[in-house]
Amino acid sequence: MVTEPLVWAIFFLPLLSFLLISLVIRPFLNRYGWLSGGLLIVALAVSFGLSIWVLRQHNQGADLTFAAHTWLELGDASIELGLLLDPLTTIMLVVVSGVSLVVQIYSLGYMRHDPGIARYYAYMSLFTASMLGLVLSANIIQLYAFWELVGISSYLLIGFWHDRPAAAAAAKKAFIVTRIGDVGFLLAIIYLFFQGAEFAAAGLNPLHIPDIWQAAQPLATGGAILGGAALTWVALGIFAGAAGKSGQFPLHTWLPDAMEGPTPVSALIHAATMVAAGVFLVARFYPLFQETREALTVVALVGGFTAFMAATLGLVMNDIKRVMAYSTISQLGYMMAALGVGAFGPALFHLFTHAWFKALLFLGAGSVNHASGTFNMRYMGGLRRQMPWTYLLILIGGLSLVGIIPLAGFWSKDEILTGAWLGSDLVDPWVARVVFGLLLAAVLLTAFYTFRMIFLTFHGEFRGGGAQEIADAAARQEPPPASVSEEVHRAESPLVMVAPMLLLGVAAIIAGYLANPQWVKSILTIPAHWFAEYVESAVIFGHLETPHFNFMIAIISTLVALAGIGLAWLLYQLLPSRQAPEGEEGEESQGELAEPLTKAGPLHTLLSRKYFADELYEDVLVRRGFYRAFAGAVDWLDRNWVDGLVDFIAGVCRNSGRLLAQFQTGQVQFYGAVIVLGAVLILVGYLIFGAGLRG
Amino acid sequence: MVSSMYVLPGLLSLTVFLPAAGALVILALLRGQRAIRGFALLVGLADLLLALGVFILFDRSGDADRFQFIDRFHWISAETFNASYFLGVDGLSAPLVLLTGLLGFCAVIVSWRINFRVKEYFVWLLLLQTAVMGVFTSLDFLLFFLFWELELAPMYMLIATWGTGRKEYSAMKFLLFTILGSAFMLVGIIAVFLSQPGGSFDMTLLLESGSMLNGATAALPLGVMFWLFFAAFAVKLPTWPVHTWLPDAHTDAPTAASVMLAGVMLKMGGYGLLRVNVGMFPGEIRTFAWALILLGVISVLYGAIVTLRQTDLKRLIANSSVSHMGLVLVGIGSVGVAAGELTAVGLNGAALQLFTHGTITGLLFAGVGLIYDKAHTRYIPDLGGLAARMPVAAIALAIAGFASLGLPGLSGFVAEVLIFFGAFRAYPWPTVLAVLGIILAAGYILWMLERALFGPPRERFADLTDASFLEAVPLALLVISIVVVGVYPAFLTDVFNAGIAPMVEMINQGLNSPAVTPR
Repeated sequence: MVTEPLVWAIFFLPLLSFLLISLVIRPFLNRYGWLSGGLLIVALAVSFGLSIWVLRQHNQGADLTFAAHTWLELGDASIELGLLLDPLTTIMLVVVSGVSLVVQIYSLGYMRHDPGIARYYAYMSLFTASMLGLVLSANIIQLYAFWELVGISSYLLIGFWHDRPAAAAAAKKAFIVTRIGDVGFLLAIIYLFFQGAEFAAAGLNPLHIPDIWQAAQPLATGGAILGGAALTWVALGIFAGAAGKSGQFPLHTWLPDAMEGPTPVSALIHAATMVAAGVFLVARFYPLFQETREALTVVALVGGFTAFMAATLGLVMNDIKRVMAYSTISQLGYMMAALGVGAFGPALFHLFTHAWFKALLFLGAGSVNHASGTFNMRYMGGLRRQMPWTYLLILIGGLSLVGIIPLAGFWSKDEILTGAWLGSDLVDPWVARVVFGLLLAAVLLTAFYTFRMIFLTFHGEFRGGGAQEIADAAARQEPPPASVSEEVHRAESPLVMVAPMLLLGVAAIIAGYLANPQWVKSILTIPAHWFAEYVESAVIFGHLETPHFNFMIAIISTLVALAGIGLAWLLYQLLPSRQAPEGEEGEESQGELAEPLTKAGPLHTLLSRKYFADELYEDVLVRRGFYRAFAGAVDWLDRNWVDGLVDFIAGVCRNSGRLLAQFQTGQVQFYGAVIVLGAVLILVGYLIFGAGLRG
Repeated sequence: MVSSMYVLPGLLSLTVFLPAAGALVILALLRGQRAIRGFALLVGLADLLLALGVFILFDRSGDADRFQFIDRFHWISAETFNASYFLGVDGLSAPLVLLTGLLGFCAVIVSWRINFRVKEYFVWLLLLQTAVMGVFTSLDFLLFFLFWELELAPMYMLIATWGTGRKEYSAMKFLLFTILGSAFMLVGIIAVFLSQPGGSFDMTLLLESGSMLNGATAALPLGVMFWLFFAAFAVKLPTWPVHTWLPDAHTDAPTAASVMLAGVMLKMGGYGLLRVNVGMFPGEIRTFAWALILLGVISVLYGAIVTLRQTDLKRLIANSSVSHMGLVLVGIGSVGVAAGELTAVGLNGAALQLFTHGTITGLLFAGVGLIYDKAHTRYIPDLGGLAARMPVAAIALAIAGFASLGLPGLSGFVAEVLIFFGAFRAYPWPTVLAVLGIILAAGYILWMLERALFGPPRERFADLTDASFLEAVPLALLVISIVVVGVYPAFLTDVFNAGIAPMVEMINQGLNSPAVTPR
């Protein structure tokens, strides 16, 4: 029997871990920092077990509605805390606690030598608790609160190595850019509260999430409590928050920079959970989006465009984690686009599969970094010989990302493409077609950048690793990046790191087919389209169509993906090996990488400068426009006019006082003279004007 | 009237005057820095416990008296002048008394390193605490004014004697600004006295619908009286454009004075607005709500933008106070809805903001003071990498910063959300502009943290030491209060609302003058 305290425990266990680590272990037992890792792992193991159990119970039809608790009551305003357990929540609980558990085990190895390991696990605990709290929230304020806490723990984790200026700057950027989106979310909440009287008249609470769904539904009398343009704006406000967290254009620029954090952080936060929170948020309020075609069109087009644009950027990055970061943005674009065209089930299915295989890829990148001392693929190469397990697992993750049958990504990406191809009655057909085109093009790009990454990292000759990178930087008289280490020991990572990757690898293989069988009626008692239909039952209004497996789409997308892989093979495997014999000595070629994409000239520059988005935002808009020109002007006005006026008035008083003080000479003769002068003036005045006065 | 559950005559007077009595003892009896400091610490602790007692014993049940812990006796002949010694707290002032006790205690500890004219220093500091508590608890206008003015002398001395930089200029600026404001208030108080039948300074009468000011018998038009009081409180709050004394005074004041100045003295302005302008002029406040919210929004955005440009840590925090106190005006602006539709949300938000900003900014100044004590600079470009050297101070500063940028789970968020909720009903578009302030707040706070705390550790800070145990006590106390209020705000709002609900009722009845509400 699932009781309320047990569900709360899923959230409170990692929170307790946070409190214990930060109040006991960090201050008093910092030398035994690994204790904190053990503590969090135990807490998460229990949370994960409970999550699985809750999912099973819910799937078997257990009633999991619990009454909310009043948190704050002021007149007509009542803010409640509660649990909302629907398929969306139960699935997210499993994803968050599961990926987090695996990542924490891996971190035991990856962060082993870091003196800040207790602090690391404290932040990780806070993050996981916030994320679990977020998906459990039944009240929109509660959700917003955890939403922001997720943001701040991401800030802390990105800036974990706070002595590195790049990390500190990236942390700040991540928080501020996501907060720009959060303003939209907050305004949507404020608007909902503003409509409180209308909600109350219908017996609804404007902050209770299921009540908000209800309010958006058309009434029998026509119209809705929350309808028309207001609904569209509320939905767009929510989407603004989602776009910030999920790195959707134009708020995507923070995510690649966030790679400055420790790699397991990227695996958990910037691949599987926090960035998926945006997709979760739109899904959470899907009954609103269903009723507003305009907002859904925006979601679809932004998602589709982001999927494509981010994939183009992934093509040219040299930092392995940045390739993956753009890949994540792109895949999140797939999910958003799927939600936008009405493919709700596929979007969440892709969220589910992506969480496992992208976490795997990131952990693989961490493993590679462990061996090579760098993240720069120009200094890697040939690592497959020393790191067979990592190579195999990255290959599995990569193939899953590309969408090759039978790996997880194939099934979910295919469902999205099918959903976009078929469209739905929620958006106009042209929107679905445009999105389909963008997503299919992105498949080609995804395949290319994924295999470019694999070839550069694992194939060819080793190009010297971190030691070489530091030497090259010294030759150019530049400081090397802070994340580069001179220690190069090309060997497989320890078991504590490989084993978690292995778990994720298994998930990346089976999660797609087993969770959501497509071809057959059932497999291992799991009915066909189980996952999609289960999550779609979370949307209790309207009707959602689960797209069925479509051979034509599957074949097309597979061919496109193979074309991308082939192109990468051609450019990074075949051509270099042809040219190699013509080159000079083998020593010379080490550390030098011919990048065929530079032949694209200006296009390559445009991509490697990220479409100049950072320059536009940070240099032009923020630094020059806002900070120097606008804020500078306001500050100048404040000092010279507003405060200047104060000093001016003070000066007038002081000077007039000084002027008058000069009459106080203390000389009787002077006073006498003034008195005589005054008397004369009065007399003269009397003689001149006196007649008038008398008359 | 149902009598209060707890009748403890003298408790409130003791709470208010204990610091002053302690100051007298220090002045007359004590010698030696250690004895003086130790005694001041004891007095501060005792007063904190007394203030906590008042707060906890305050009866929040629905049928309790509005004003409790009343101490009253006639002071100047009842027939001619009718002024009395009249102290009491309601839901609005009880949390502010607690805030004053808390920050007063913290101020004593952060003054531990003062070693110049120690005796005078603690005398002034303790006297200041009595004056501020007196303002929050006076229920007689004459007494209120006396306490209001009494606070000036200690603060002037603290800044001018123990300050840094252009300390005399800043102290004088602070003094002149406040006195200018109080001159207006004095006229207002005289007008109030003359308006009451037989003449009276009793503030509680002015808060009751039967005995409040009314336009027909008032000595001055009510609108004029409203602005006379507003002028005094706006300077103190401060609001744009009379805010420029604040960055100077905060920056040049010693740490403890900054803590008291930002933590409790600005709250005198907010308290006055709520007590007098909202409580005693329920008609005018609705008429002029648009002007208040306008000033509030300007202060929020303007303050935040100016804050972004600052390079001195204390000046940065001082300017952020302008922005955050602007939110108090935005919250009060929530009364600009049609009569009968006002809810307690926005005003509670404004009141809560007074408390939360007090603890948050107190913590910010305490943290910065600690850094300044050790690093001997507050110039941000010279700082950096302090997180590695002073983790305790850095954590405190970071938590205060997060609270300041409105992170949920910490106290600032609750106040901000309530203010936005309330104000949006009255003035949607200005509220939207004020909400944009949260982006700017994230900008200046996180940028400050980045420049001051993060980055590679600097050579010249290699032998900095972290906060000692005693220095960590005020940081810990303030962090605890910030977290408690953030996680369970009802702890405060239950009390605040007991004071605010009657005001809301009066405004909803559309009392004391008809008002046309521009939307």
